[in-house]
Amino acid sequence: MESICQFVTQAAHEAGLDEAATYAVQLAVDEAATNIIEHAYQNSGEGVIECSYLILGDGLEITLVDHGIPFDPDAVPTPELNVPLEDLKPRGMGIYMMRKVMDEVRFEFSPQSNKLTLVKKKT
Amino acid sequence: MDVTTTEFKRCVVVKTNGRIDGANAPELRAVLKQLTEEGKFNIVLDMSAVNFVASAGWWVLIDTQKTCQQFNRGEVVLAGVSNTIKDSLSLVGMLTYFKIFDDVTSAVGSF
Repeated sequence: MESICQFVTQAAHEAGLDEAATYAVQLAVDEAATNIIEHAYQNSGEGVIECSYLILGDGLEITLVDHGIPFDPDAVPTPELNVPLEDLKPRGMGIYMMRKVMDEVRFEFSPQSNKLTLVKKKT
Repeated sequence: MDVTTTEFKRCVVVKTNGRIDGANAPELRAVLKQLTEEGKFNIVLDMSAVNFVASAGWWVLIDTQKTCQQFNRGEVVLAGVSNTIKDSLSLVGMLTYFKIFDDVTSAVGSF
């Protein structure tokens, strides 16, 4: 996980993102990779995550591809925040954080692979 | 990740460093669980050397906060949180669940 983080941190610097935007990219990619390991690959300890990036004129696009079990992002509930502490539940928090800190989060599924595209624009 | 605990008269300071993510959050959870099982519910988490917290890390802290605040017996407070971490917590609306102090001394003094 740390090697993916270093890779995208380097990409964020190359794209000219500031400290807050770089942290947002690190956070979103970490959440995405955690989801892939836990859900797509079911914590099996095996499986490939292909991570690549594209420097855009106004920011950075990161792509994560896996070949595990696809999932329906719309089926993941939006976590309820602004509730009393005892009612706070963790389900869906990873995707919620990703959507909150990035400008674009796109899921695409094909029989061969699952592709997640994350875009962060310069502030 | 290194996790150290220091006991004070009214609270325990837990210090960790680097990243708190899905891979090492269980390690922090184990330390915090042991403290609450020993009846220690006033906890300061010294985050001055922490540079990244993923949702798995926040869930460890939220769960511990639930345990500590039950029956008004205590609280988890955070100290030395970097601005980027604070901003990300604020963005997802979870900042309200923790008191944040600039440094450990003021956090310990709050108990």
